[in-house]
Amino acid sequence: MTAFITRRILQTLAVIAVLSYVCFYLMSLMPGDPVDMMVASNPRITTEDVARLKSLYGLDQPVYKRYGAWMSSLLTGDLGYSRTYRVPVQELMGPRLFNTFLLSALALTFSLMLAIPLGVISALKPGSKTDYFMNMFSFAGISIPSFWLAIVLIIIFAVKFPIFPAGGTQSIGADGDGFWADFLDRSKYLVLPVLSLSIQQIGRFARFTRSAMLEAMRNDFIRTARAKGLPRSRVIWQHGFRNALIPLITILALSFSGLFSGAILTETVFAYQGVGKLVYDSIIGNDYNVAMISFVISVSMVLLMNLLADILYGFADPRISYR
Amino acid sequence: MTNSTVLEVKNLETTFASKAGPVRAVNNVSYNIQKGQTLGVVGESGCGKSVTSYSLMRLIEKPGRISNGQIFLNGRDILKLNEAEMENVRGGEMAMIFQEPMTALNPVLTIGYQMDEQIMKHKKCSPKESRERAIEMLRLVGIPSPTERYESYPHQLSGGMRQRAMIAMALSCDPTFLIADEPTTALDVTIQAQILELIQNLQEKFNMTVQFITHDLGVISEVSDKVLVMYGGQTCEQADTQELFLNPHHPYTAALIASRPKFGERVQRLATIEGSVPAPFELPAGCPFVNRCSRVKSECKGHKPPLVEIKPGHTVACFNPL
Repeated sequence: MTAFITRRILQTLAVIAVLSYVCFYLMSLMPGDPVDMMVASNPRITTEDVARLKSLYGLDQPVYKRYGAWMSSLLTGDLGYSRTYRVPVQELMGPRLFNTFLLSALALTFSLMLAIPLGVISALKPGSKTDYFMNMFSFAGISIPSFWLAIVLIIIFAVKFPIFPAGGTQSIGADGDGFWADFLDRSKYLVLPVLSLSIQQIGRFARFTRSAMLEAMRNDFIRTARAKGLPRSRVIWQHGFRNALIPLITILALSFSGLFSGAILTETVFAYQGVGKLVYDSIIGNDYNVAMISFVISVSMVLLMNLLADILYGFADPRISYR
Repeated sequence: MTNSTVLEVKNLETTFASKAGPVRAVNNVSYNIQKGQTLGVVGESGCGKSVTSYSLMRLIEKPGRISNGQIFLNGRDILKLNEAEMENVRGGEMAMIFQEPMTALNPVLTIGYQMDEQIMKHKKCSPKESRERAIEMLRLVGIPSPTERYESYPHQLSGGMRQRAMIAMALSCDPTFLIADEPTTALDVTIQAQILELIQNLQEKFNMTVQFITHDLGVISEVSDKVLVMYGGQTCEQADTQELFLNPHHPYTAALIASRPKFGERVQRLATIEGSVPAPFELPAGCPFVNRCSRVKSECKGHKPPLVEIKPGHTVACFNPL
């Protein structure tokens, strides 16, 4: 097991390195560079100045040398400086990442807490009214575009009935009123974005849980478990759901990898200070350092969550062993 | 051996709702089994053997239901019990062994865990006592190094070992009545013999009553005291084992016996019964065997033959018995 994990981590790191180079190269293919952007905003700059600036920032170097320089400073913990925001990248991205993580993790937890029981209930009575209702709700949730839903939520809960704020991350000047006051203030801003993100995910997870559970409950060992005199709840959760968990891990791991990047539209509609909008702006604005760190984080999340899924399979299904 | 009745089934009828109307998978079946005896239930696939035994356990899933009849287990009508009381009967008083040892155990839980679940439910004992009981049972059914096997997962055991574990599990709570639903069908012949012997030894040891379901007449003649021959969800013939094999009166029973290969006899083709078992929703109006029977008479087509006792303890449902 340890050997397997070590090997997989090394593989993962290698893939991250390769993919980060690919991203770096793709960035360099984009028309223009940071100096061109500076030039555009300053008509009195001379050609010599441009050449000097380019060599100062190392933009006259070939891509692989620039990548090497960027990577070696990254490994020493220096993420670089954001050109457009004029602050170090970690200072810029840290709080944004935290905000996005908070939003996505809450939405994911909330949707799983609802979707798993919903999926299990409708799998136990396929074709029943509950099942039809759940399917209808799921498909509606999956089909409604999240930005539209977000706007409807704002109209209802922020404009017609002003219960929650229409957007933002926290009230102005609310910081430092003590932990609980801050906590309550931030929660208020999270309700609508979490709701709009969740409704879509609930549908997806509920459908998935339903099919995994239907599959699991058809097994012969379910009958054995009942023949042993076990109560129904134990048969369902210990024998049925325990087996349905194996396919569920896959979709869960993939959803987790979207924790830092999956909410761009929602963040935009709710003017939520997350990482989504920042990434978009940094790509458009040729803010290499910010964009590259975002790429590396996205890529790493996908790879790490796949690794985690593989490890979890080993715990969920004893027939899988790692060598 | 006291001669008390452990199981008495009266007019059992199990119906499945379908688009074409209700389908009777088990139709008016009655029998009883005395303490310590074995009843063999024979018939081709689809004749209602398994549905009968699931009905006894009340494990019929929707759209099926037990639509009529009574099932007395040790004098108590189990069809009148509520679900919680029935849970105490299942796996406690009455246990069941299944056909497929490969799939009848949960692949993600250890053998020990699956045994403990049942033992702790019925014996209401501590995990430690339950573990001891489980290991003792594994040893009893002849599983080598039972302490290690207790920690094993089903996929780490061979088919025969799994069936032994299944038996250990079924017997762990001292059932008085055991249903064995084709327990040897999925096993190869040498293992079959071992498992049969094991079941018989344990039956004697615990003075258990057994209902043994199979389509293998050889197995039936070896293990059972009485035989119930089923066809199309109905009883064809019921008699003591020896009597049935020597003097079969129903044409179906006779045909089944005739289609067995005989040791030491070389024939080009084995005898067969023409046609196949009708599906429960297309049973003929009269005798269910009418379309395949060699002794069919005119009244067989429109009327169901009643079950008649032609000798003490030997009943047949046929208008034209042999």
